[in-house]
Amino acid sequence: MRDERLQTLSVRAIAAFVIVFSAWFVVAERDGLLRLLMWLLNGIGAAPSALETLITYYLTLPAEPLLLSLGIGGLAGGLASYLIWQAATRAGRRVPNRVASAALGVGVGMFGAQIAAAATQHCTYLPEAAFAETLIGVLLTAFMAVAVLLPLWTLILGRRRMDGAESGYFRSRWLGYILIAPTLLSLLIFLYYPSVQMLNLSLVARRFPIRTDRFVCLNNYISLAGDAIYQNSLLTTLFITVVIVLLSMTAALGIAVLASQKVRGAAFYRTLLIFPFALSPVVSAAVFQAMFREGGSGLINFFLDSTVGIQPSWLRDAALARWVVVFAGVWNILGFNIIFYIAGLQNVPRDLQEAAAIDGANRIQRFFRIVFPMLAPYTFFLLVTNVTYSFYGIYGAIDTLTQGGPPLGAAGSLGGATNVLIYKLYQDAFSPGAPIGAAAAQAVLLFLIVAVLTVLQFRTLERNITYGA
Amino acid sequence: MNALTHRPRIGVHLALILICFLMCLPALYALQVATLDIVTAFQAPPQLFPPGEAFGANITTLFERLRFDRLILNTTVVSLVIVIGKTVLALLAGLAFVYFRFTGKVFLFFFVLLTLLMPTEIIMLPLFRLVAELEWAQTSPNLALTIPFLATATGAFLFRQHFSNIPRELADAAQIDGASPLRFLFAVLIPMSWNVIAAHALIQFIASWNQYLWARLILPPDRLDVQLIQIGVRNAGSGPQTDFGLLMAAGIVASLPPLILFLLLQKQFMSGFAITRDK
Repeated sequence: MRDERLQTLSVRAIAAFVIVFSAWFVVAERDGLLRLLMWLLNGIGAAPSALETLITYYLTLPAEPLLLSLGIGGLAGGLASYLIWQAATRAGRRVPNRVASAALGVGVGMFGAQIAAAATQHCTYLPEAAFAETLIGVLLTAFMAVAVLLPLWTLILGRRRMDGAESGYFRSRWLGYILIAPTLLSLLIFLYYPSVQMLNLSLVARRFPIRTDRFVCLNNYISLAGDAIYQNSLLTTLFITVVIVLLSMTAALGIAVLASQKVRGAAFYRTLLIFPFALSPVVSAAVFQAMFREGGSGLINFFLDSTVGIQPSWLRDAALARWVVVFAGVWNILGFNIIFYIAGLQNVPRDLQEAAAIDGANRIQRFFRIVFPMLAPYTFFLLVTNVTYSFYGIYGAIDTLTQGGPPLGAAGSLGGATNVLIYKLYQDAFSPGAPIGAAAAQAVLLFLIVAVLTVLQFRTLERNITYGA
Repeated sequence: MNALTHRPRIGVHLALILICFLMCLPALYALQVATLDIVTAFQAPPQLFPPGEAFGANITTLFERLRFDRLILNTTVVSLVIVIGKTVLALLAGLAFVYFRFTGKVFLFFFVLLTLLMPTEIIMLPLFRLVAELEWAQTSPNLALTIPFLATATGAFLFRQHFSNIPRELADAAQIDGASPLRFLFAVLIPMSWNVIAAHALIQFIASWNQYLWARLILPPDRLDVQLIQIGVRNAGSGPQTDFGLLMAAGIVASLPPLILFLLLQKQFMSGFAITRDK
């Protein structure tokens, strides 16, 4: 009983603290918060004029680009819609008839195409456009046409007869919206809106000292493709990511198996194995900077000197510097992986393993045939997290260790040895005379790379959870 | 008789001890270097044992010259706001998605989930402009560091999964008793979710405490009164010759709060994730 009393008391104390602290913060920052409100209201007030600009744009658009974009969008949309209709009918779902589906596809496709086209001001359909731009333009239009179509189809296919007797729901209709409103508003203002701005920024260039932006269609992206420093940055990022992911995940799995054994003091061992994940990439990098110093005063060189008599210049050598970054990253994230693999291993049922053992399977066979497949959801979750860390989180580590790395190529013509995409992005964006458009294009490409990787992993994850349950 | 034969436990112990030692080696080295002054730290061969005498001096420099006391305070306030904001918003979102039916719920759910693909590192350029437009960078840096990050798709997803695993009859019982949805949240759902709340709060706190890029972008480097701690660690290593003793001490001080929280909440943390992973 005393335990319960203590718990209720501590809960009440936490709640009280949260309320008082939040109130203090809001009061202390009320000026800034008011400015946010004003900005929001101004934005809403500017909506009519934005609409007007859009309408004027379409009225003054020449016929050819408009018809081209509508055509491609309608084609892509109609085709996609037809294929979905076919698949749905074969699966026996309730669908509108074939003609209606195709018409829906064409209509929505044309609309979706306009989203992509209007954002690029139809520049990919102009005769002056480079071949690469036109090609990307067509792909982009088709993609947007289908992208808008998919949610619509999920809505159509997912419609169920709303059973009024379904239990467990609250009756109120509007309260649901209110509860989700803060999250939605925050995501709209601080995530979606900046993302759209990012896309727009990537379509302009600024020629210093002229202070206004010049619309350059997809030129920023095309020039990146031919930029040797960018290519090097891409390769460096891929190298560092692949190595960090491979090392940290295999090591974590092995350590987790070891740490899951029933031995005395297992909890103590686990704490010692896991704690580095709570450190920041900056701290981790600082420690490794001290360890991998050149000369004889660092730990690693002291050890190497006493055993094999060499003192490599770790952070000044292009090839070695990458490995220091990798080691710092692996040490930082290993604990996080171990936590999840331990949790995953605990969820593998023992009776399955016992049955296999009775059937004569040895330890290794048991591991790869039973345990590892059952860890698949955890593996894919960790894959996503590790990739995200290697692409984005590594910034602090690189800024501490190498600031982009020892120069590569003749007189640094290939950039730095550790000049990963995220680092190059912010170097470019905030350097004097910054090519903001090129930086924004880099950001969009970076997002696309990680998005594709994540979606691939997410789809496999989803499939595995359905089967594993 | 168990078909899974037990290996002798000594082998496991030895392996674990070896691996733990390797994992802790960087930290142990950092602790040792933090006790050395700038000259001794550059000695070759290095002084690995016994500990030096400069630890106190290094700590004093941290707190007096580098204003780590201020940095810790700033980072604590910022992290608390972010954790409280994220937890509240995620709880409300989870409640909405699981216990309400409203048009477009599926669309809104994917709208939120899609943001998992949109890390803030990508949009920091336009976010920087937005924050400048709102004049937050100069006059209210704490707002710039917190308000853009209050929503969390991870949290919403986590609590949605967790609430879905709770029997629905509880909600019916609450309605029969005449309880409002919010009362249901506070009286029933939250007491059943402490592990998940603790695990989520710990991760968000650590992420916020360890942040570097955004703070570095928007905070002027000379204003120590609003600076965050990881930038302080980075600055401890700058200068004509790196004072490694000071740098290691900075890293240790900066890591104490997340480590202490992790140790305190370790049990909740580990079980919080076991529960959510159960389908």
